[in-house]
Amino acid sequence: MTTSTTVRQKPRTSSIKRSRRWQAGLNYLLLTVVSLFFFLPVYYLIVGSFRPSAEVLSGLSGFAPVNLTLENYVGVFEHLSSSATGYFGQFAAVSIIVTTAVVAGNLLVNSMAAYSFSRMKWRGRKVLFLLVTVLTIIPFEAVALPLYYMFSGQRDTIHIQALPFIANAFSIFLFYTFFLDVPVEIEEAARLDGAGPFRTFFQVVVPITKPAFATVAILTFLAQWGSYLWPVLMVSDPSVRPLPLAISVFQNQQPPEWGQVLAFGTMFIVPVLAVFLIFQRWFVASISSSAVKG
Amino acid sequence: MTTQTQLTPGVKAPAMRRPAPRPTGHGVAGPLFASPALLGLAIFLVAPFVLALVLSFYRVQLNSPRPARFVGFEQYTRLFTDPDLAPAFGHALLNNFTFAVIVVPVQTLLALGLAVLVNRKLRGMVVFRTFIFMPLVFPLALTAVIWRLIYSRGDQGLLNAILRVFSGGVFPSHDWLGAPSSALGAVIVMSIWQSVSFQMIIVLAALQSVPTELYEAASLDRASKWDQFINVTVPGIRNTLIFVALITTIFSFRLFDQVYLLSRSGSIDRQSTETVMTQIINTGFDNNNVGQAAAMTVIFMLIITVIAIIQRAAARQRGGVS
Repeated sequence: MTTSTTVRQKPRTSSIKRSRRWQAGLNYLLLTVVSLFFFLPVYYLIVGSFRPSAEVLSGLSGFAPVNLTLENYVGVFEHLSSSATGYFGQFAAVSIIVTTAVVAGNLLVNSMAAYSFSRMKWRGRKVLFLLVTVLTIIPFEAVALPLYYMFSGQRDTIHIQALPFIANAFSIFLFYTFFLDVPVEIEEAARLDGAGPFRTFFQVVVPITKPAFATVAILTFLAQWGSYLWPVLMVSDPSVRPLPLAISVFQNQQPPEWGQVLAFGTMFIVPVLAVFLIFQRWFVASISSSAVKG
Repeated sequence: MTTQTQLTPGVKAPAMRRPAPRPTGHGVAGPLFASPALLGLAIFLVAPFVLALVLSFYRVQLNSPRPARFVGFEQYTRLFTDPDLAPAFGHALLNNFTFAVIVVPVQTLLALGLAVLVNRKLRGMVVFRTFIFMPLVFPLALTAVIWRLIYSRGDQGLLNAILRVFSGGVFPSHDWLGAPSSALGAVIVMSIWQSVSFQMIIVLAALQSVPTELYEAASLDRASKWDQFINVTVPGIRNTLIFVALITTIFSFRLFDQVYLLSRSGSIDRQSTETVMTQIINTGFDNNNVGQAAAMTVIFMLIITVIAIIQRAAARQRGGVS
């Protein structure tokens, strides 16, 4: 019986091998097509930013990496050179300050709340945590307009761009699921050593839940760096204009200088892209753990 | 995910049931730890949410000398009957629904297909994955600007040029964003470009968590690859697919950045791409009709809640654990 099967299998393995090679080829073909779809716009943004402005929109030759020049970058800074237009450096500074404040505040405030809900005993915590989980379904869009009505007196300030995004129900929820995995014994040991709740949290729990903090930091960063709706409502002064709003104003200039628009976009995204390329695994890990909700 | 749910009851329950000795209670520290976040949520989420409800019953403007006037349900009835408002709001609702009906299945299936594709162990996969993940970090405002150029009308537009080459010059150039027939489709493609890798990563994580023994058992039963996919993979990641469909549906109704940016620059057909969110901002912010916009906000919130409830129920009903 054994011999007969081996004999019969011989031609089969070679046909399997051939179909495997076929399959691999098909996979590579698919992967190439898909990668082109995702990568070409990125490539076009970056290469176009180095092409003379008039050649950016010229059919397929817009993709060609020829006649490279820095004139678009010079043009962006020349174009944005008065307080009426705002300055690129200023836009970037606003975005960096607001995003840093939101990420740092978000990590601190929401991790503490999650720790309190997952590990501390006090009256009302269960009801309040249930309320927080219900709040996770309210998107910012649903409150943007009434929030603008409430805070219209604070328009054109830096702090109002950051404050609404610091407390975040979903961040609390994510931290909560991470903290549930921390063995209770570790905290009990800390408490026996005489550590109060603050020291237990900051010196014992935080250091062993770094992945939770990385996850929330990355997700918050991605959302905040591109935040557009809230600045549309709250910012009209160029001196406190963040990058997403700034590029939407800049792309509207007449006559259009497409090379400059792409140079602006490249400066907007390349630092982030670089960080992403270095920490890609972290980005992927944080996104997949954002689905714990399901 | 599974380890968490399994671990928690085993580890935590006995510790919680123990009669609490004095030092474990956190009557002061507990609320203290939670209060900054709770305060923030109360001010920036709960308060405006309640305020939207209240404002929707008033005729009210920002910085207006006229005091707010209570009008009952008038803002709601006007939304659906006023000839100046109802058609535009109807278009917006219809566009959101159309967007959702197309994007939810397409993007969920695409996320699944891409996840299966990049889950294969092939040489050079790291490079392909990097390319596919890249749009993740692109803000929607920037995405809209790049795609605006790709969609440019006339022979100079990139998409038109590409189609002309591949069709051997037969395909006439088209104004992708400006034409009512293609504007929403163009927005759909750019939105999928920017966000499908997010969903794909979630599906990928689920694919990798399906126990390999199940595949081994299936291949012992001589199940074909396709049968394995239908009978092992899909049930294994069913809850994740529902989750992905849920967040994509909610994305579809939140649609704002791309459309608002493009409509401000006048490069997109308005009527076929107007969304509930752009209507809210146009009405409440650009036209300072806050009460009317508040009523739209309440309807927007109702839609989001209904979607969330439906999909949670679906996940629970047939999902079982996890």
